Amino acid sequence: MRPTTETELAEAIRGATGPLVVRGGGTRRPGRPVTGAVLETGELLGITLYDPGALTLVVRAGTPLAEVEAALRADHQMLPFEPMDHRALLGTEGTPTIGGVVAANVSGPRRVTAGACRDSMIGVRFVDGTGRVIRNGGRVMKNVTGYDLVKLMAGSYGTLGVVSEVAFKVLPIPEAEVSLALDGLDPGAAVAAMAAALGSPYGVSGAAREPGGRVLLRLEGLAGSVAHRVQALAAVLGPFGTCARIEAAGSRASWAAIRDAAALGPVEGDVWRVSVKPSDAPDVLARAGGTALMDWGGGLVWVVQPEGTDLRAKLDGIGGHATLVRASEATRARLPVLHPEPEPLARLAAGLRAKFDPRGVLNPGLMG
Amino acid sequence: MPQPDAGILDHRDRIIARLLAVLPAEAVIHDAHAIRAYECDALTAYRCPPLAAVLATTTAEVAAVMRICHEEGVPVIPRGSGTGLAGGALPTADSVLLGVARMRDVLEIDYANRFVRVQTGITNLAVTGAVEGDGFFYAPDPSSQLACAIAGNIAMNSGGAHCLKYGVTTNNLLGVTAVLMDGTVIELGGAHMDAPGLDLLGVICGSEGQLAVVTEAVLRILPKPEGARPVLMGFDSSEVAGACVSDIIKAGVLPVAIEFMDRPCIRACEDFAKAGYPDCEALLIVEVEGSDAEIDEQLGLIKQIARRHDPMELREATSDDEAKRIWLGRKSAFGAMGQINDYICLDGTIPVSELPRVLRRTAELSREFGLEVANVFHAGDGNMHPLILFNANKPGDLEIAEALGAEILKFCVEVGGCLTGEHGVGIEKRDLMTVQYGPDDLDAQMQVKDAFDPRWLLNPAKVFPLDVSSGRRVA
Repeated sequence: MRPTTETELAEAIRGATGPLVVRGGGTRRPGRPVTGAVLETGELLGITLYDPGALTLVVRAGTPLAEVEAALRADHQMLPFEPMDHRALLGTEGTPTIGGVVAANVSGPRRVTAGACRDSMIGVRFVDGTGRVIRNGGRVMKNVTGYDLVKLMAGSYGTLGVVSEVAFKVLPIPEAEVSLALDGLDPGAAVAAMAAALGSPYGVSGAAREPGGRVLLRLEGLAGSVAHRVQALAAVLGPFGTCARIEAAGSRASWAAIRDAAALGPVEGDVWRVSVKPSDAPDVLARAGGTALMDWGGGLVWVVQPEGTDLRAKLDGIGGHATLVRASEATRARLPVLHPEPEPLARLAAGLRAKFDPRGVLNPGLMG
Repeated sequence: MPQPDAGILDHRDRIIARLLAVLPAEAVIHDAHAIRAYECDALTAYRCPPLAAVLATTTAEVAAVMRICHEEGVPVIPRGSGTGLAGGALPTADSVLLGVARMRDVLEIDYANRFVRVQTGITNLAVTGAVEGDGFFYAPDPSSQLACAIAGNIAMNSGGAHCLKYGVTTNNLLGVTAVLMDGTVIELGGAHMDAPGLDLLGVICGSEGQLAVVTEAVLRILPKPEGARPVLMGFDSSEVAGACVSDIIKAGVLPVAIEFMDRPCIRACEDFAKAGYPDCEALLIVEVEGSDAEIDEQLGLIKQIARRHDPMELREATSDDEAKRIWLGRKSAFGAMGQINDYICLDGTIPVSELPRVLRRTAELSREFGLEVANVFHAGDGNMHPLILFNANKPGDLEIAEALGAEILKFCVEVGGCLTGEHGVGIEKRDLMTVQYGPDDLDAQMQVKDAFDPRWLLNPAKVFPLDVSSGRRVA
C-alpha cells in the first residue's frame, strides 16, 4: 500500500485486516522485526508551509529528508537537531524520509545544545490504528493547549499512529563553523575535556570522541563570535593538550561522519547505541570493549560487539539504556532490540497502544 | 465546576482519619478557616475550599495519600505554589488538595553532567540560586519565578522570556519521579539524555497535573553566558515593529529575548516605573548574549535591520545601569497595569509573521467591546499577552472582558496559533478547547488520561470541556 494522501492513508489503516508494517524510506529498520502487509508513506509528499520569518516548516511525512534540508538551505535555515543518515552504518539503501526521522526521534551531534528531534517538533497530524485523523500541537513555538501528543508521537515508531504531517521549529544556519581537535586522550580524559567544554559559556554545539581517539569540539555562529570563542575554548582545554583547529569544510565533513556513525559501517559485528550519563561513558567503553564512538559529550556511545553478544549484561548496574541498532535477523529476534522497560512503564505503554491502536495493526510487537 | 459527590462528603471524617494515619497532623489541613488558603490559585475569580489539603514532604507520603484517595474514589488536586493563572489548582469541595510546596530539597548537583535533581516544591528561581555561584543557571524563567514551583512549571510546561533560545520546560526536563493516581511510583528518564520507550516524560510535562503527581525532577542546567545586553527600539506603528521582529529572526541572529510593548502599556509603565521609554506606538527590547565583542557584532546586525524600519528611537545600553533601566519598565509591566486597572491576561500564541494582523484585529475588537487592551509580550516566539483592562467593581464588566478575551483567542487560533502558550488551559480556557481541536483530537488526548488514570480522579474537571469529558469522569 502506498497512499498518496492523508485520506488514502486513513482508508488503508481503517481497511487493514491484519498487521501493517509501516515504512518510510526503509533506511533505518528500527525495533523488533515485524511481519505483515507493508504500508509505505513515501508518496505523502510536499512542504505545505514554510515561513522563514517565523522559523517554521510544515511538511508531509513521506518527503525525502534531503528535499526538506535543501528547501531550508535556500533560506539559510536548517533542522536544528542534525538528523543522522543510517545508510552508511546499516548498509541500507533507499531515501530517508522526514517521517522516518520523526518516528525514530533521530537526533545528531547538535542534540547537546539544540535538543532532540522531538524538541524541534511543534505539531503533528497522524492517523491512529482505527483510521482516525488526529491533529496535535500546531505551528507555533510555545503551545501548552492540551496534552503534548507531538512528543508522544516522536520515537513511537508508528505504533500509536502513522504520522502524515509534521511541523518543525527551524533555526538559521550558523554563518561560521570551526572545530577544535585534541588527540590521544583516553576515554576518561576525553569525557573530562568534553565536560569542561560543554560546561563553558562558549556554546559548544558538538562534543565527540572518534573511534581513533580524537576528540572534536564544535563552535558555530557569527564569524567574529566564533573567532573569539575558539580562542577562549582552547584556553579552557589547555590542561588536556594543544588544540588543532579544523576549518569549515573539514569540520562539516567530520561532524557528518560522527552524526552517521560512519566509521562503524565497515566494522564487523553488531552495533549498539547506548544512552548514559556522560561521565559513565568511560565505564561503558571499558566493559564493552571493541570499537566505540562517543557523541553528546559521552552521553551517546556507539559500540561494536561480536555478533550475538548481549551488551546489556555487560553494562548491568550502569544507568541509562541500550538499543541494538545493527544485527542479524536471528539476533534481533532473540535479544530485545529496544531496552526492556520496568513493569509500570511497560504497562502504561501497553495501555496507550491499546487505546490508540485497539486492533493491534500498527507495527505490532515492534516496541513490545 | 461539577457538583461535589455527596457520598464523598458523607465520608469526610473517615477520609481525614485515614490521611492522618499516614501523615503528621500538621500536614493535614481540614479546619474550615485554615483551608481557605487553598481555595484558589492565581485565578482568584474562582474559589472553592477542598475537603482537606495535605502537604507532603516525601514521594512515599504522596504515594500513600494517592493510594487512600484512589481507594476512597476521592479526586486529587495537585498544587505547587498556587501561582497558576488558569485555575489548574482550583479544588472542588469533594477533593483532596495535594501540595508539594514543602518538598524543596536540592537532592543532587552534577556540573560535569550538567543537571540538578530536585524535589518539585522548590521554586524556579531557587534552582538557579543553587547553581549560579558556580556559573550555571536553569533556563526557563516564567515571570512568577520567585514564587512558582518546579512542580507547577512541569504541569503547565512553563516558558518565560528567554524561550526563543533556550526552549520551554519540556526542553529542559531530563527526568521525573512521579506518582500515578493508584499510588504507583514511576521513574522516567534521568541524567542520560534520551529515555527508552514511548516519550511518557514528554506527555506528562504540560498535562496540568492530570496524569501523575511529579515529586522529583532532573533538570538540565546551562553555563551562564559571559554577558548580555539589551537594545531598545521605538516605532511609530505596531505593524512596523512586528515586521522588524520577523526580519531579525530571518537574518540569522538569534536573540535570547525579543519583547514587545504597545502604547497603552508603554504609558502605564512610564507612569509607574519611569524607565525613560520613548513616547511611541510600539517598543521592542531585544537582548543578546555573549562576550562584549560578540554582543557588539550581534547588536550591530540587529541595529542595521532596525534602521531599515525607520525607528523613532534606537538605544543600546552602554552600562549595566542602562540595561537595568531598559528592562525596568518591561519587568514592571504587569504591576503597572494592575495599579491603574483590573485586568485579564491572555497568552495566546501566533505565528510571528501574523503579529501585525493580530494586533490590528485586537484593536478592532477592543473598540467593539469598549474595553482597552494593552499588549506586552514575547514577540520572538509569538507568545502574545494582551491585557484586557476592566473594572471589577462595575457589574458585568468581567463578563465583557472574558467575552473579549475569548474573541481574541479565537482569532489567534484562526491565524494558525493556539489558545495558550505558557499559562495552561485549566478551567479558564477549558470551554475554548473545541475552537482549536476537533472531537477526535480531544478524544485522542483524553485517551492518554484514560491510560494513566482510568477513573479520572486526578485533577479531573480541567483542560477538557466538561460536556466532552463527562462520560469519562466519575467526579
